[in-house]
Amino acid sequence: MRWLRYLNQWRGTAKEAFEQVSIVAKFLCLIHVTDRYIISSTHVQGPSMLPTLNLTGDVILAEHLSHRFGKIGLGDIVLVRSPTDPTRMVTKRVLGLEGHRLSFSADPLVGDSSISVVVPKGHVWIQGDNLYASTDSRNFGPVPYSLIEGKALLRVWPPRFFGSLR
Amino acid sequence: MGIQNLLWQVTKKAFTGGIIGVTISDRCCSVVPVRGDSMSPTFNPQRNSYLDDYVLVEKFCLQDYKFARGDVVVFSSPTHFGDRYIKRIVGLPGEWISSSRDVIRVPEGHCWVEGDNKASSLDSRTFGPIPLGLIRGRVTSVVWPPQRVSKIS
Repeated sequence: MRWLRYLNQWRGTAKEAFEQVSIVAKFLCLIHVTDRYIISSTHVQGPSMLPTLNLTGDVILAEHLSHRFGKIGLGDIVLVRSPTDPTRMVTKRVLGLEGHRLSFSADPLVGDSSISVVVPKGHVWIQGDNLYASTDSRNFGPVPYSLIEGKALLRVWPPRFFGSLR
Repeated sequence: MGIQNLLWQVTKKAFTGGIIGVTISDRCCSVVPVRGDSMSPTFNPQRNSYLDDYVLVEKFCLQDYKFARGDVVVFSSPTHFGDRYIKRIVGLPGEWISSSRDVIRVPEGHCWVEGDNKASSLDSRTFGPIPLGLIRGRVTSVVWPPQRVSKIS
């Protein structure tokens, strides 16, 4: 009979523990939904978007609503899942939507032989601002629109560069 | 006042339930209907839309994108943003696929998908290899109708 008494004693505590855990679980779910569907912060680094984004890394706020409604436009800086490595995200600028004709130079360091492409349906052409140090659509071709996962809104770190991105 | 309070309680519960449901559907698994017969006879062996199969799609594979040949996956269409297809992976990155006229190498980070019903399937034979980043989940089993519940090989 003693264990029945212990059970009763612990019932209150167990209920309270369950309440606390469910609050934490709901909060984590809220964070997931906000991060995936509304707005998130990302650390971006690398030379491919100089001079817009710094070499040593910036933190930018990206929103995840525009691409779901098809509202990504020319000149937007987007977060894209890399077509060569699906575990990585890359940040590039959209320079061509479907149906656009683009020409680019095969090797910007050498001469000006230029190649002309038409962006196929459902794809976009992404390019880094730093033409000399960026692997982008000039290397792996136009990427499907569905690989876009967010659009950069503004830069929040470092503080002296706080503001919207152009 | 009672009605207002009730409405608020219901809204709160619905919101919480929705958020939890979305998180589970994104991270764990979800159930989706299979439309069309491009995966006959694995799914939808009859062409009757009242008897469409519903399948369980697991999302744990999206942590590291490691797939095997023969996995049935759900992916976003490379040509029509918003559409989703269910097909089988028959080629992993680096492998050679022989299509009708020539032999194609699957590039790094991509995969070659084909439907089981080769006669009526819109797949990589039409739109080429797809980036692995388009994959949205892997199908593990059929969950409806009850007589067809089974694990997918």
